[in-house]
Amino acid sequence: MSNNLVEFNNISKFFGSVIALKDVTMHIKKGQIMCLLGDNGAGKSTLIKTLSGVHKPDEGEIIVDGKQTVFDSPRDALDLGIATVYQDLALVSLMSVTRNFFMGREPMKGFGPFKTFDVNKANSIASERMGQIGIDVRDPSQAVGTMSGGERQCLAISRAIYFGAKVLILDEPTSALGVHQASVVLKYIVKAAASGLGVILITHNVHHAYPVGNSFTILNRGKSMGTFEKKNLSREKLLGMMAGGEELDKLEVELKEIDRTNKN
Amino acid sequence: MSVKSKSIQNKSKDERLRKVSNLKVLLNRPELGALGGSVLVFIFFGIVAGDTGMFSAYGTINFLEVSANLGIIAIAAALLMIGGEFDLSVGSMIGFAGICIAIPAIYWGWPLWSSILFAFSMAVLVGYANGILVVRTGLPSFIVTLAMLFILRGATLALTRLITGRTQVPGLRVLIENDPIAWIFSADAFKGVFTWLGSLGLIALRQDGTPLATGIPASVLWWVGMTIFATWLLMKTRYGNWIFASGGDKLGARNVGVPVGRVKISLFIGTAVAATIYACVQVLDAGSADTMRGFLKELEAIVAAVVGGCLLTGGYGSAIGAAFGALIFGTVSMGIYYTDVDTDWFKVFLGAMMLIAVIFNNFIRRRVTENK
Repeated sequence: MSNNLVEFNNISKFFGSVIALKDVTMHIKKGQIMCLLGDNGAGKSTLIKTLSGVHKPDEGEIIVDGKQTVFDSPRDALDLGIATVYQDLALVSLMSVTRNFFMGREPMKGFGPFKTFDVNKANSIASERMGQIGIDVRDPSQAVGTMSGGERQCLAISRAIYFGAKVLILDEPTSALGVHQASVVLKYIVKAAASGLGVILITHNVHHAYPVGNSFTILNRGKSMGTFEKKNLSREKLLGMMAGGEELDKLEVELKEIDRTNKN
Repeated sequence: MSVKSKSIQNKSKDERLRKVSNLKVLLNRPELGALGGSVLVFIFFGIVAGDTGMFSAYGTINFLEVSANLGIIAIAAALLMIGGEFDLSVGSMIGFAGICIAIPAIYWGWPLWSSILFAFSMAVLVGYANGILVVRTGLPSFIVTLAMLFILRGATLALTRLITGRTQVPGLRVLIENDPIAWIFSADAFKGVFTWLGSLGLIALRQDGTPLATGIPASVLWWVGMTIFATWLLMKTRYGNWIFASGGDKLGARNVGVPVGRVKISLFIGTAVAATIYACVQVLDAGSADTMRGFLKELEAIVAAVVGGCLLTGGYGSAIGAAFGALIFGTVSMGIYYTDVDTDWFKVFLGAMMLIAVIFNNFIRRRVTENK
């Protein structure tokens, strides 16, 4: 057996006559960060939704811990430890850090009909967890709306890890962040992988992906252009593939052509 | 890192945690506006109507009873509003529940208790219908429950006229006497205390020596009880967290496993049941049901909830606030009779109060969510 946490083999997804994904294969290893890169419309969103159980693939197989599985709902994926942190983060800005951290999975105390939400325990876990990633939650009952974008991202990731994620799917975690905030989040992602998680990092920012990724899968028009190990791939080559290097070359040729005809 | 985590463990030594005074904590609570408003209203009437008997035992019970009736529906409306939805059918539900009690009891010979239970089961059905329609269709609850407002009011009128030939159903008073459950909605509590106070000459008496205010009306106890229960629900239970989450961000909540649909449907059932409690109190108090009962009560409930700090967009608010919103409403609507002010001005006051409350609450919310 391999040491793959999750394997996605030849995944295809069709919407009517539209081929959204075709034969996409990805393997996620323990402690590794796999970056999924692609331009707008490359099929990243469809792929994430397929990985996280929102869509069912029309072809291909999903193998978790060596066993073939079918996700009927996001809950199934979650139960197998595959947690997705979406761009909207699933945080409610009017609610407190604690209430967000435990939203849907509140710790309880007491028994029978008198079970209550153990607010004190929740508060201490939330501030401890946030403290571990270097975010000093001054008051866990403060509203999430008061936190910075990076802090919110870290809160959402930390929540996923706390609730038993083995594989983290992160959807554009740095896209809305400034340079400093983005580096805080990326540092946290590296730390999470180092602790034994598998991470799928979805982004279109090569400068964020290249420093942290162990391997890179590039998606173009619904097809995988292959997975590359970092050692076999320079940043420039990655950038070229990402931005559709061929298209840019073609564009250059065409521009020269126009230039030439204008001169004549 | 180690320094940071130390500071977390040892919170009191965290230099970044300001000592926040209790006043500051209070200032950030959603119910502050309604609390302050209640104090102002009492000071105002204390000065203007302090010697008119408004604050005698009888007068106090009077305005408390009006506040309590509204409070019962306002608290349920507040929970629903925190959950991100409206229920405009509350007023019509009051009328509908009234005839659901009166017609079976008077015309079909059902025992009163069974027609009360019948009214509550109809309320669950109506609430469920509202909820499932909103959740399944994704239409704004404003529209769905507006339709229900007309449907219920129309059905109430049509059915009552069809069965009884009129629009009122009197004659319930005799049935209350020996009913096993009617006292829950109609009995006065602490009668002994009031009689004792009367015998001491501390509260006003009738000619026959019984006190003018015979006890604390059941509706007031319902109001207080529901406030405590709803606050406990919101602050201390998992379900309460789900209410905030469903109203704050429906999709986000669903993504982390909150059963948003179920929460919303149960809240709609809550408002319909609260309307039925209101109807029980009124019908058993008056001894009759009227098809026009509860007219415009849905809007008054929303005013009370909003004055109480609930956000129209959901995800924020408090049950205590709604209870105080109802207290302001009840106090002013009764107190105005004790002043020289023409009662026609009541609605002007109501509108102005709501406007001020919304502006004030908006300011509070910004303080809370933008870290000021």
